[in-house]
Amino acid sequence: MDILRSERSRIVVSLGLLSGAFILFAGAVGMIEAFHEREVVDKFISLGQLLMLLAPFAVGFVAASRMAHTDASALTLLVCGAGVGILTAIPTVILLLFNSEEFRFLLDLTLKLLPLAVASYFAWQRYRAGADPRLVAGAWLAIAVLIGIVTYSFALVFEIKGELRTVLVNINRDWVDVVTFDHRKELMTGILTLCLATVASGCVGAIFHLIPDAPRRALLYGLGVTFLVGAFGETVRLILQEHLDRDTLKEIFRRDTLRQNAALALFVVSTVTGFLWAMFGQNLRHGISTMEYSQRRVLNGIGMLLFVAILLSLPWLIGRTLSDVAVTIGIFVLMGLGLNIAIGLAGLLDLGYVTNYAVGAYILAVLTSIGPLGLLKGTFNFWTVIPVALLAAMTAGFIFAMPVLRMRGDYLAIATLGFGEIIGKLAISDWLKPLIGGAQGVQAIPKPVFLGAELKNPEQLYYIVLVACLVTLFVSIRLNNSRTGRQWMAIREDEDVATAMGIDTARAKLLAFTLSAATGGVAGAIFAAKVGTVFPNSFTVFISINVLSLIIVGGIASNPGIVVGAIVLIGMPELLREFSDFRFMMYGALLILMMIKRPQGFIPSKIVTHEVRQGVKLKPAAAE
Amino acid sequence: MAETGRNGTSRILEAKGMTKRFSGLVAVDNLDFYIPEGAIASIIGPNGAGKTTFFNCITGFYQIDDGEILFDGARINGRSPDQITRSGISRTFQNIRLFNNMSAIENVMVGQEPHLKSTWIGAILGLPFTREEDVMSEDRASELLRFVGLAGKGDMLSKNLSYGDQRRLEIARALANKPKLVLLDEPTAGMNPRETIETTDFIRRLRDELGITVVLIEHDMRVVMEISEHITVLDYGRKIAEGLPSEIQTNPDVIEAYLGRGAAASATASET
Amino acid sequence: MFKWKTDEFSWVDFTIDVLRVLIVLAVVVGAWNTLSSGRISLAQWVNLFAAGLSQGSIYALIALGYTLVYGILLMINFAHGEVFMAGAFTTVFFAEALNRTGFLNEQPLLAILLMIVFAGLVSMTVAILLERIAYRPLRGSPRLVPLITAIGASFFLQYTFRGLYGSGFKAYPGVKALQGAFSIGGINIPVAQVFVFCSALILMLCLYWLVERSRIGKAMRAVSENKEVARLMGIDIDWVIMFTFGVGGFLAGSAGVINGLFRPQGVNFYMGFIPGIKAFTAAVLGGIGNIPGAMLGGLFLGVIEAIGPNLVLAGLGIPGANQLKDVIAFTMLVLVLIFRPQGILGERLSEQKA
Repeated sequence: MDILRSERSRIVVSLGLLSGAFILFAGAVGMIEAFHEREVVDKFISLGQLLMLLAPFAVGFVAASRMAHTDASALTLLVCGAGVGILTAIPTVILLLFNSEEFRFLLDLTLKLLPLAVASYFAWQRYRAGADPRLVAGAWLAIAVLIGIVTYSFALVFEIKGELRTVLVNINRDWVDVVTFDHRKELMTGILTLCLATVASGCVGAIFHLIPDAPRRALLYGLGVTFLVGAFGETVRLILQEHLDRDTLKEIFRRDTLRQNAALALFVVSTVTGFLWAMFGQNLRHGISTMEYSQRRVLNGIGMLLFVAILLSLPWLIGRTLSDVAVTIGIFVLMGLGLNIAIGLAGLLDLGYVTNYAVGAYILAVLTSIGPLGLLKGTFNFWTVIPVALLAAMTAGFIFAMPVLRMRGDYLAIATLGFGEIIGKLAISDWLKPLIGGAQGVQAIPKPVFLGAELKNPEQLYYIVLVACLVTLFVSIRLNNSRTGRQWMAIREDEDVATAMGIDTARAKLLAFTLSAATGGVAGAIFAAKVGTVFPNSFTVFISINVLSLIIVGGIASNPGIVVGAIVLIGMPELLREFSDFRFMMYGALLILMMIKRPQGFIPSKIVTHEVRQGVKLKPAAAE
Repeated sequence: MAETGRNGTSRILEAKGMTKRFSGLVAVDNLDFYIPEGAIASIIGPNGAGKTTFFNCITGFYQIDDGEILFDGARINGRSPDQITRSGISRTFQNIRLFNNMSAIENVMVGQEPHLKSTWIGAILGLPFTREEDVMSEDRASELLRFVGLAGKGDMLSKNLSYGDQRRLEIARALANKPKLVLLDEPTAGMNPRETIETTDFIRRLRDELGITVVLIEHDMRVVMEISEHITVLDYGRKIAEGLPSEIQTNPDVIEAYLGRGAAASATASET
Repeated sequence: MFKWKTDEFSWVDFTIDVLRVLIVLAVVVGAWNTLSSGRISLAQWVNLFAAGLSQGSIYALIALGYTLVYGILLMINFAHGEVFMAGAFTTVFFAEALNRTGFLNEQPLLAILLMIVFAGLVSMTVAILLERIAYRPLRGSPRLVPLITAIGASFFLQYTFRGLYGSGFKAYPGVKALQGAFSIGGINIPVAQVFVFCSALILMLCLYWLVERSRIGKAMRAVSENKEVARLMGIDIDWVIMFTFGVGGFLAGSAGVINGLFRPQGVNFYMGFIPGIKAFTAAVLGGIGNIPGAMLGGLFLGVIEAIGPNLVLAGLGIPGANQLKDVIAFTMLVLVLIFRPQGILGERLSEQKA
């Protein structure tokens, strides 16, 4: 019993502190405060508060399911949920106290006592382990002094500078407002509210574990849909605006936030749908899987047709503002597909992908601009320049790749990063200013013209991006299933052995770099035409990191993954403006997480089945 | 065939004064050496004798510091590993090195590399030639898989194959090159007696059915003495003996330097 | 038919040779033009050299972190620049507080020493957390995996500190004792530069002593030679790796303060990225994994970066040559990786270990 109890408490403490640390972190970097600006449901809950309550909810659920095997009673689970909840609140509560006028002395006290406490703890441990007392004393002194230097310095800083927000800019009144649920004036009430809220959501999380599977999934689905629609209220409203009249829209939204009634209705509807799916979805799926082959093919065909129809009519479904976002996403999908040829197929970590993007954009800008920097004013149009941009990017990719082909993987990555930085600095320099305009860049790039009509709207540009993406997708799938693709795979798996198989690795790598560069060039050219001006600030290392992240998050070498990755990583910050400040923090965290969770990350999305394809021929042989 | 080889009329591989140094250490020391065409030859020697280094020099992984290597009468030292493979030498590795995340059949198809002619442009456009070559390459690969006894396992990821199957797949991959000479680095390492016998038979089939010259590095003296027609003994990067198994077994230098009396006795015993 | 490669000729080698010739040509022509025009006097050259040395000693301090970690784990800790930033950025507040109390100008040496230790400890904490959370679970995975993780960590840390301390620039308070210049034979060398160089030198000597003489240093060298054997000898590998990250972090943090004191534009969350890559360049220049190499590589890079634009680029008639300092540094990076990846002093680590 004792062991069980200790295991349970370990689960609760570790999970509780995890979510507590998360909330403290989110508050300190300003996430909670920024997200508070967006109300998920009108006058009910903001995204910031949702974030705060989601953490204890999730860990409450996880704690309960981890304890399932100890056949804990419902009451125990509830207590655990509450425990997780209160632990979630504690770090934030401590910070609240430190931040308040009355309890600031606590901060001072903590900072001054901390070194003594930590040193004593370690010294006690060593002493109990039987170390020489003189050594223990020495260790005590050393630890106390080292930690003391840091904490006493911080104590001095806060003593002189006063409030916490002079250092931690986001620990300010707005933050206090959010975490105390608008009880800044009565701090104790605020703290109590916070604790109650986290405890409640921790308990709800634990209770969720007790609900039978089908209704639980339905509820989760309902809540998920409601909160997603609420969080992306602006987006949803923009879409609905295309299809509903103003009055109906006003019933649903107050400006960009979901009204309470609408949210409730949405919740009920989606929960019921979710429930129905949970009950009967199994049968449906079973029905489909037992269907005749021909019937299933018809079904697949219908699915494909629907997908193509949506893809083609997307700009009309979502309206202008969102089409613009779709074009941006599309450009990144295009770059993702291109970079994937290098990273995913051939295993070459190219961190200077922005180079190709910049080459494509500047080539298009300089050749078509009708401004002072345009070289050929008017003689070239978008369509004739696209192949030029493609060839130029290929050439650039070729030239940059040549000297790095012999390098080891990690050095190659750093060298390409170096190329990217060099190009960026050159673009902004005075040296090339007469050619590409320095920091001001090249302006007045005309929009593409198609059959006499100027394609100036994002709705129209969308189709250009779509075609480019489809072509790239086609090329990369064809290559992946060919001799070339197998050469790349072999190089990715083991370069030495690939050479021993007779593959000229330098040549194969060069091809991967060049093709990947070509796609980047086209993406750059489309970007230039979309924006109308090209300047160096658009071409920083952040572009490369963006593309790298979306490939890795979507799943390396997986084409659908790239699209999903682009929608999440590029679309979300565009649609949720509050989010854009934190996008690189999220990318970083995701990269770390993906690498830790999928250590051998470079797995192809699917294996081409060769033998099955010619199965009939093989069978008699196998039977021999 | 073996007789002509012994007379030196047809040497498929020949090394003259081959030397490889690693900062101070001489791994292969002024080695003169030949493999008769169509033979099953073995290279033996105590640990660290330079056997694998020798393989790496022949296949171009290491550039030799002195001497020359002739394959089919042409000098191959100085060429890169892929060129040497293209000229008709295949190899396997001591610690199996397959392309782990590729299926077995894809591994073999990569091995066919020197004989494929289709290009990336053909692949994108789906030219008839490329398609035909792809189909042929697949057929040949599954044939090879069947030859080594891996029929039906072609679509498994190579890392999911059993140890013995991985060894077999590595040999299939080496054969895909249609080599004249194949270098096997400890093909029976880690195998149980039954698998070892199978592998021995298999190596014989390579030579008898496909006419490939085989060179092995091997520790299992039973295997070496049973199938080799030509044995070279290395010690500290130098050749200390060369010849037929019976000659090697009775060579006092070899017994002194490498086999030891007990092992020599048991090897002789197993022969009789 | 076009032959891609034959026994004697390969296009890759050819390109690399052409590149080599072009670089040498550019350097020779540029330098010749500049020197023959006499635009820059000897005193100016000496000043540039001194400025380069002091900037270089900061690169050297950061480079040591790369080299120490690489020596032991064979991984490029791409986020090391952010460890440097963490110390520099956090210490700004401490420096302001010390300035407010007047202590900074009463006891400048002691105050700066305190700041260096403070920043070192902050960076050390960040480095150790980084190792513990992000890198430790990835030991023994293929090389690119920890590199991608490190890139992720780099951006995560940048934006975390941006969130914590804000996105603006914050300047260190001026220290009176460090203003002014020594005058030697008509050449003025700022006290600040001498101070930077000397303090970096002292720190590097301390490190050298630590690695070569102390017990933990021996353990570090043992782990870098062979982890398995070290483990059998009873060395706690995890602790040694943590200690290595800690020491690298400490040096980076102290470099952050030393650098911060003389950065006119102040410090911010992005300050570590570029110096990080440059310090990596320095580490590779000196032969990554090689401690004296990193020190020399840093100084060398600093000097090249200071002199290069004026000597070569200006000589080639490129306007605004000093804007292109970073281009020189990154070109150095690429060139070293192409022509001499084992570094100037050669690699102590053999490839077999890699």
